[in-house]
Amino acid sequence: MCNTCGCNITPGNHSLVMAEQPKNGVTTVSVLQNLLSHNNHQAEHNRAHFDVSKVLVINLMSSPGSGKTALLEATIKRLRDSLKIAVIEGDLETENDTKRIQAQGVPAYQITTGTACHLDAHLVHTALHHLALENLDLLFIENVGNLVCPASFDLGHHRNVVLLSVTEGDDKPAKYPVMFRSADLMLISKTDLLPHLDDFSLRKAAQNLHNLANVAPVIEFSSKDGEGMDAWIVWLQTEIAAYQALLLNKQTQRPKIQQNNPLLDSKPNKPKFYPVNK
Amino acid sequence: MHELSLCDDLLSQVIVIAAQHNAQSVESITVKIGVLAGIEPLLLENAFAMIKVGTIAELAEFIMEIAPVIILCQNCGISAESATNHLLCKSCQSPETNLISGDELILASVALSVQTH
Ligand SMILES: Nc1nc2c(ncn2[C@@H]2O[C@H](COP(=O)(O)OP(=O)(O)OP(=O)(O)O)[C@@H](O)[C@H]2O)c(=O)[nH]1
Ligand SMILES: [Mg+2]
Ligand SMILES: [Zn+2]
Ligand SMILES: [Zn+2]
Ligand SMILES: [Zn+2]
Repeated sequence: MCNTCGCNITPGNHSLVMAEQPKNGVTTVSVLQNLLSHNNHQAEHNRAHFDVSKVLVINLMSSPGSGKTALLEATIKRLRDSLKIAVIEGDLETENDTKRIQAQGVPAYQITTGTACHLDAHLVHTALHHLALENLDLLFIENVGNLVCPASFDLGHHRNVVLLSVTEGDDKPAKYPVMFRSADLMLISKTDLLPHLDDFSLRKAAQNLHNLANVAPVIEFSSKDGEGMDAWIVWLQTEIAAYQALLLNKQTQRPKIQQNNPLLDSKPNKPKFYPVNK
Repeated sequence: MHELSLCDDLLSQVIVIAAQHNAQSVESITVKIGVLAGIEPLLLENAFAMIKVGTIAELAEFIMEIAPVIILCQNCGISAESATNHLLCKSCQSPETNLISGDELILASVALSVQTH
């Protein structure tokens, strides 16, 4: 199904093994292998696919119902004439989201198998082979609605966008630091509802993000009345341009937390890819 | 929760290492989990207890070392232990900090019972 990877994905056989002299028949072996190395390796492979096709891939994460699909619908309406967009849907239980995207006239592939809590790089790999990547400019992956697990799994994408809807409360970045630390952009969604809420402070939400030493931009957004749409489109266009510039220098873009992982980078088996020339 | 699938990977890594060393059994497995790794240690421990049954690691002790968050400030050079939701430098309030501990999720070591002939 896939022939662009020159490496073989075999977890475990490349452990950095340093065995001590046995004591009473027991040898202690230092391993120092990331428990997610299997996933991370597949993610690098996915990223190589995306980079060959020059498609910027954005991972959308939030709690259930924060407005990910509504954001995508509004975005596609706005951009479908100027950019080629597709969506990988992580709606594992229903076809609702996929149908909503397809109704906007862009390709959507739904991941239907997997644990119900997060997408991983293997699931995304299967999905990406169902899309004509080389025709795309922008690919969104709508992750499973969950503020816990999805942050731990690199999918091979380039940017993390985390939505926080105003009805969830401004303290969520403090309660889910693993997720919000990973955001390259925080979108505060459903701002049209703010007049009905007396305790959501945009300033506090941004401060809670900042407290995670995350200086990612914050955009206030409403799919209903269009607030923040222009800022979001500018952010997307800027990211596409930055990504294309990196590709010209034979570099790629990585989402925030996958960037500073010294353990991973120092692994002796850093994967090499041999993209197939088309 | 994905602790179970994580354990699957962990166990297969351990089995490969045990085979490489011709081990008779695995005595203990040590994993290092940062408090910002997004993993619930208790769930990982329970998952491992389930999954090890019938494998070479059946009797292995599962040792979890919990790593605290330690940040290093790029601005003033101070390093300090921090709360998971406060990662700014405590001294100068800079957000330019690096995590030097706290998000790791590593199989650190495996103790193997190896019969020498
Ligand atoms: N008032 C208001 N409601 C919104 C907005 N965006 C989404 N909603 C509503 O919120 C509900 C959930 O929106 P979705 O876009 O399906 O949210 P989601 O994050 O894709 O949900 P899951 O995929 O199930 O996690 C729907 O009833 C939407 O109509 C918004 O900007 N303003
Ligand atoms: Mg949705
Ligand atoms: Zn592939
Ligand atoms: Zn999960
Ligand atoms: Zn400082």
